[in-house]
Amino acid sequence: MSVPKLEIESLSKAFESKVVLSDVDLKVDPHDVVCLIGSSGSGKSTLLKCINLLIPIDGGDIRLDGLSITSGEVNPNQVRQEMGIVFQAFNLFPHMKVIDNITLGPRKVHGEDRDVAEERARELLDQFNLSEKADDYPDRLSGGQQQRVAIVRALAHQPQLMLFDEVTSALDPELVAEVLNVIRGLKESGMTMLIATHEMGFARDVSDRVCFLDQGKILEQGPPNELFKNPQQPRTRQFLQRIVEAGRL
Amino acid sequence: MWVVLTSEAWPTVQRQFFSWFHFRESFPDVLSGFWLDIQMFLVAEVLILVFALVLAMIRSLRGPAFFPLRAIVVTYIDLIRGIPMLLLILLLGFGVPALQLSGVPTSRIFWGVAALVISYSAYTAEVYRAGIESVHESQRMSARSIGLTQVQALRFVIVPQAIRNVIPALLNGLVSLQKDVALVFVLGVREGLAEADIYNARTFNYTSYIAAAVLFLLISVPIARFTDWYTERDRRRRQAMST
Repeated sequence: MSVPKLEIESLSKAFESKVVLSDVDLKVDPHDVVCLIGSSGSGKSTLLKCINLLIPIDGGDIRLDGLSITSGEVNPNQVRQEMGIVFQAFNLFPHMKVIDNITLGPRKVHGEDRDVAEERARELLDQFNLSEKADDYPDRLSGGQQQRVAIVRALAHQPQLMLFDEVTSALDPELVAEVLNVIRGLKESGMTMLIATHEMGFARDVSDRVCFLDQGKILEQGPPNELFKNPQQPRTRQFLQRIVEAGRL
Repeated sequence: MWVVLTSEAWPTVQRQFFSWFHFRESFPDVLSGFWLDIQMFLVAEVLILVFALVLAMIRSLRGPAFFPLRAIVVTYIDLIRGIPMLLLILLLGFGVPALQLSGVPTSRIFWGVAALVISYSAYTAEVYRAGIESVHESQRMSARSIGLTQVQALRFVIVPQAIRNVIPALLNGLVSLQKDVALVFVLGVREGLAEADIYNARTFNYTSYIAAAVLFLLISVPIARFTDWYTERDRRRRQAMST
């Protein structure tokens, strides 16, 4: 039995007095793809940001490769280099060209030479059909292209774990597929991923396991076929019912 | 205007303040003093822009580890903003040289400029800080997520965007400083206003003040026009970007 890539134990988080996550347990094995579903405000985003140590947690433990990253003994900057996170709103740096967005991390954090970093960045861009955008500023790109660049930027430091925070929610419907295909490609390459998403069809296709979050708790989890076809909890049934009614599954 | 020009005392005032003869007589000395104003202004401005940015960056660092640094900067900004600048110039300009410390400059120009830098940096740091806070939190998160430290995130991601947001406010500070350098006059430094004052003391004619005013206007009005031009251009660019 291998050590889980990511293991979360009774994680809790509150903003002021509002409880956002309570007693969350979650395990992600290497090369697994786990999707987080649930309505807005159910805690999906917060969970991902806690894992990336962008938000301090109130209680519980998060372990990466069996080592606690929330005990305060590890350097958060090092932990973050093990993971890549992609946000809903792309968050590219608007004052930098695409290529500089991607090489900033490798150059400043790993001390790579500009030549080396740029060569690798261009290879990555090529891989995602973005080569000709390398020297453009982000505002010249479509939303789908910007989001793919954001994925490349997160991949640039060769993470072991990728976190996706509703990465298609801000996109025009016709641009959603190009981003989802990139994530499918990553799955094929064996990347471990934790994906918060509202794209149920995508979650069903791509994931090894789906977790339904409700009011800061993981109410139910299981393989996509079971969870989508035969949900056990009334709240899960209600949620999926509404998704079907909206024609989103 | 009409009221002024028709007042009975106007001919006297005109002789006292707007004499072409005295303007030409006083102008060379006022101009050479004004050149010192320009030099002090340029040196002070560069130092202020750098020092204030350092202050603002320290103030923007988060987490308990940086609390002592933040506390020092907040105290500095609070204290300095609470003291009238003229008082600070007098204190440093007369006080420090009087200490006769070895290795410490005794030049009043030096301490006058130092007082300006100390005072303006406190205000300018707050301008920068407003800019830093105007950059969306998601930019900071992205920067941290790729492994940058807080200082690196500020330096490479936040501050470049922040500065762009506050350039009009910084230019406004520039106009203000350009005039406030004349305050070192109280230290007996022979800058433009001092030369005008000396001329007045010698001739009992005030036209030399007008000469000084003209010189200050020659610098500040173009900066003000440039600020408006820049703001307008920036607004258009942002509109073009959001469509």
